[in-house]
Amino acid sequence: MTSLTRRGLIGAGLAGGALLGASRAGGHAASHAHATAHGGHANFRGGVAVDHVANGFDPHEIVRDFDWGVTSRTASGRVIRSWELFAVDKEIEVMPGVSFAAWTYNGRIPGPTLRCREGELLRIRFANGSAHPHTIHFHGIHPATMDGVPGQGAGIIEPGGATVYEFEALPAGLHLYHCHVRPLAEHIAKGLYGAFIVDPADGREDADELVMVMNGFDTNFDRANEVYAANTIGFAYMDRPIEVSLGSLVRVYLVNVLEYDLINSFHLHGNLFDWYPTGTSSRSSEFTDTVMLCQGQRGVLEWRFAHPGKYMFHAHQSEFTELGWQGFFAVT
Amino acid sequence: MARLLRSDLTLAVVPLLLIAGFLLLGAPGLGERRGPPAEELVVERTALSPGEIALTVRNDGPDAVSVAQVQVNDAFAEFSGASGPIGRLGSAVLRVQHPWVEGEAYEVALVTGSGGTVLHEIPVAVSTPPADVGFFGLMALLGVYVGVIPVALGMLWLPWLRRVPPSWIRALMALTVGLLAFLAVDAVLEGIEVAGEGSQAFGGSALVFIGAAVAFLLLTGVSSWLGRGTALLVAIGIGLHNLGEGLAIGAAYSAGALALGAFLVVGFALHNTTEGLAIVAPLARERVSAWRLGLLGVVAGGPAVVGAWIGAAAYNASAAAFLFGFGAGAIIQVIAALVPTLRDETGRTLHPAAVTGILSGMGLMFATGLLVSA
Repeated sequence: MTSLTRRGLIGAGLAGGALLGASRAGGHAASHAHATAHGGHANFRGGVAVDHVANGFDPHEIVRDFDWGVTSRTASGRVIRSWELFAVDKEIEVMPGVSFAAWTYNGRIPGPTLRCREGELLRIRFANGSAHPHTIHFHGIHPATMDGVPGQGAGIIEPGGATVYEFEALPAGLHLYHCHVRPLAEHIAKGLYGAFIVDPADGREDADELVMVMNGFDTNFDRANEVYAANTIGFAYMDRPIEVSLGSLVRVYLVNVLEYDLINSFHLHGNLFDWYPTGTSSRSSEFTDTVMLCQGQRGVLEWRFAHPGKYMFHAHQSEFTELGWQGFFAVT
Repeated sequence: MARLLRSDLTLAVVPLLLIAGFLLLGAPGLGERRGPPAEELVVERTALSPGEIALTVRNDGPDAVSVAQVQVNDAFAEFSGASGPIGRLGSAVLRVQHPWVEGEAYEVALVTGSGGTVLHEIPVAVSTPPADVGFFGLMALLGVYVGVIPVALGMLWLPWLRRVPPSWIRALMALTVGLLAFLAVDAVLEGIEVAGEGSQAFGGSALVFIGAAVAFLLLTGVSSWLGRGTALLVAIGIGLHNLGEGLAIGAAYSAGALALGAFLVVGFALHNTTEGLAIVAPLARERVSAWRLGLLGVVAGGPAVVGAWIGAAAYNASAAAFLFGFGAGAIIQVIAALVPTLRDETGRTLHPAAVTGILSGMGLMFATGLLVSA
């Protein structure tokens, strides 16, 4: 700002103006002309978009992408479910025209949504292809040696190293996984996280299932996020809404991994949803339209749209909303 | 003879050719620069119109910078301009759509291609006046009020000056030196302050001193060419100073940082009236036509009008810093030209009357300067 203070002109002008009643000062609104681009919603600059192909993942695919891994059976007939995860450093376009030096699982943010059934034996082979040491720390019930933290079991996996995390799928619910190497905030904020869903043994009701990992990116390293999103790319579901059917059950697996901000939230327009915290109970804890989550907190949302049309969903922290974390459901 | 010249020329360019060769070889041994690109953007000008914040940005750093996104008060905003990278020293106008409200504060963050942010504060949002005839008329009126009229008023002391004894004239010339010394210091400080706000790639506060040197040398050359005419020299010096003063007023007004109270104008008028005295003091023993007096007044006061126009319409901190320095250099030259007139019959320059006069001049400027600073 070219704040001109020629011998304190400002003060003199104001004082003089007040003294002689000649001040132009006034608190009137200068403008009621609201931006009409993007239908009046906040958004990135028009005419440019994130190159999902170059990124190697698309939030419109991630939202319905569940990775069931590969199964085999033990001699006793128990299901063994396996995944191959690898850490890799990758430049990600986190908003149009802005490149971010990310650390990823399998080249995408969030990492694959791992899905299994309660009681299965899980085997996750982790290879570290990043230039930095990493681990995978799963939420859920497992032995300490499988916790994916330094000094326990395989501990830190150095670049080029590998390990296998093996544990039982317990308990049924919605969990998450993330790197647990110090500095924690950096390893998480750079993109090393994903959703981990354990279906109840008797399954859940058929539904249109969606996964949303709420995250953000600190592109200028000031330990505050410049952009917020569900599934990495801000405004992605504004520009192209998530299509759902009128009257059919919608189920959202919602995980908050947002670093640097204390909380995050999810708010649905025009409807209320059943809220199943951590997805561990079959009983809804609340019928609401807004839930608040701290980092690592997650839950399952279920509802049926009552009317056709476009309905917004977004963080109910307006700042996060207008910095990218908002979208539309298109109900037909 | 011609052959000799050619060989001379060859010898002259040998060092340059060696440097060019070094460049062509790609500076062997040094390799690529380390680290990420250095992105330095400076906002040179802010213009607010209903629903829009227009920022003129300049790339101050060594690398091209692309403005990928813009945030206003922590919300992404639609904008146009700078669709490609801005090269070194290049500039671009970003037109950001935002329903800003008068009197409120805004923080605009320019998100660069590497994810860095350049923050720009708008402490108080005020509509930028449109640059139409009425606006330029207002700026001209302002320039006349703070520049032309006060100088003309000061020149009305001439009849009185003609009646006082020579020792009084010397004291008055000393007073003038004091006035001008104050202005020179003031202009340098002002220029350095202004230089700090703008692009540093053009030299920053060094521009003030470069401007001062240029003005000093130019005016020295002009005065030795003119041979005489101390009054004109003083008028030119003061005129250049008033150019900077007008510039500051015009820029402050267009930025909404200046309310045009009568108090402010009266303050400036009193302050600048002393400048008129400085012009006519050397004329106390000369016959001058009213026409020439008028011309001197215009030379000294008129630039305030031009300055106000430039400041309001095309303010640029680097140019302003240079002009402030230019004004200071001009004044220093004028002081150098006036000092011999202080000499008394015994040849002393800093005799008690002169010292009193210089200090009084500085004191007078300081006191009247208080009228324009709250």
